[in-house]
Amino acid sequence: MLSPSDLETLVLTFKVASIATAMMLLIGTPLAWWLARTHSGWKGIINAVVALPLVLPPTVLGFYLLVLMGPAGAVGKFTSWLGLGTLPFTFTGLVIASVLYSMPFVVQPLQASFTTIGEQPLEAAATLRASPLDTFFSVIIPLAKPGFLTASILGFAHTVGEFGVVLMVGGNIPGKTRVVSVQIYNHVEALEYSEAHWLAGCLLLFSFTVLIILYTVLKTQPVAHQLK
Amino acid sequence: MLPSRFFRPFIATWLILLAPTSWAATTLVAVASDFTKPMTEIAAAFEKATGHSAKLSFGSSGKAFAQIQSGAPFEVYLSASEKYPLELEKTGFTVSDTHFVYAIGKLVLWSAMPGYVDDQGKILTTGNFKHVALADPAHAPYGVVAEDVMKSLGVLDKLRPLFVMGENISQTYQFVSTGNAELGFVGLAQVIDVNNGKIGSGSGWIIPDNLHSPFRQMAVLLKTGAENPAALALVDFLKSPTALAIIEKYGFGLPK
Repeated sequence: MLSPSDLETLVLTFKVASIATAMMLLIGTPLAWWLARTHSGWKGIINAVVALPLVLPPTVLGFYLLVLMGPAGAVGKFTSWLGLGTLPFTFTGLVIASVLYSMPFVVQPLQASFTTIGEQPLEAAATLRASPLDTFFSVIIPLAKPGFLTASILGFAHTVGEFGVVLMVGGNIPGKTRVVSVQIYNHVEALEYSEAHWLAGCLLLFSFTVLIILYTVLKTQPVAHQLK
Repeated sequence: MLPSRFFRPFIATWLILLAPTSWAATTLVAVASDFTKPMTEIAAAFEKATGHSAKLSFGSSGKAFAQIQSGAPFEVYLSASEKYPLELEKTGFTVSDTHFVYAIGKLVLWSAMPGYVDDQGKILTTGNFKHVALADPAHAPYGVVAEDVMKSLGVLDKLRPLFVMGENISQTYQFVSTGNAELGFVGLAQVIDVNNGKIGSGSGWIIPDNLHSPFRQMAVLLKTGAENPAALALVDFLKSPTALAIIEKYGFGLPK
């Protein structure tokens, strides 16, 4: 069965994933919008930066973050200067790492759906004298709703499944940075296979349910196709 | 059916690439991550002395243990504790009576900052730090010993909320060396300067053996390696004066 410490990791994981998903939507939406509309020469470079976590091993990202956010790193110096201390081993640090790590899963579906909307609805809205902000909220968001749903679900699910980065910057602190994937790993390392099975089963069920929702209810294209 | 003409060049290439492994005696070794540096040097000396070669896989002792039980092709296993090799022996994965202590682990309370850790470890009781790094005591031998030390010093309960735990001792070292944890319990081999036997950078306290349970590191020959001359030779070589000198150079104690 699930022990109290297992439940604690589940709660923490969902907390990290929810906050990270909210932040990714906030940052990812304008970014995806810009990427979908721009003809700037920077487009390719920004696209590549956003997609980097897809191809980089999580250990590479985790190692860079550990060094950058540490007391000798640029980000670490900045956060210390702000009086926030350094970010590794903290809940905030974990959320930031998750945002970077799962960003492509949010930006790419959004970008795809913004691209599909095209110019016409925007021009129509403009002739009706809708302000750009109004256009965004009453035209684009409703039209891109499947994109937003896909982005949120994928971003959330991918953060739940994150392991390598968390292991590197989290420090495995119960109740603070020990998420469910790390807990499963700990159980396996400590040879507590039955505990590992319970928790792994929960995660499997969760991931499968999420994907079923994506592919049957939302009728989303397979991820690989979508991420092109 | 013969493979189609299209696939034949690929198969031929694969056969050529695979061929050398069939005549050179090579052994696959699982090594506890704390023994990374000495073992790399020992493997080089072993190659030179015997002509055989040893391929090393570094990681936590617990992971290697689980992998061996699941049929990993390791032939020699160097654990950071006695527990895992003895357990493997009980469950029939080893060649019986081949286990031996190859080194005595030494623990260091270390900080990347010079002058931070005093040579008696008083900082543990008086220091004003936010994090203390150690390997996860749930499965890593170094973590168990680190907890022993804090218990002996009567600071375990006070420090527990400050714990950041590495998956193995290399990751623990990473936490401390990047300065993210002010100090932590690492292996002497990770911080020693082999030229003078002192701690190479930062500051540290080499923890006396009487503050923790005996830290005997045990190796064993696995059944998979019973017929491999390279595996047998490596087990012997680990007890040779050449190997012992390297082990001692990296700050490990020698088996008695």
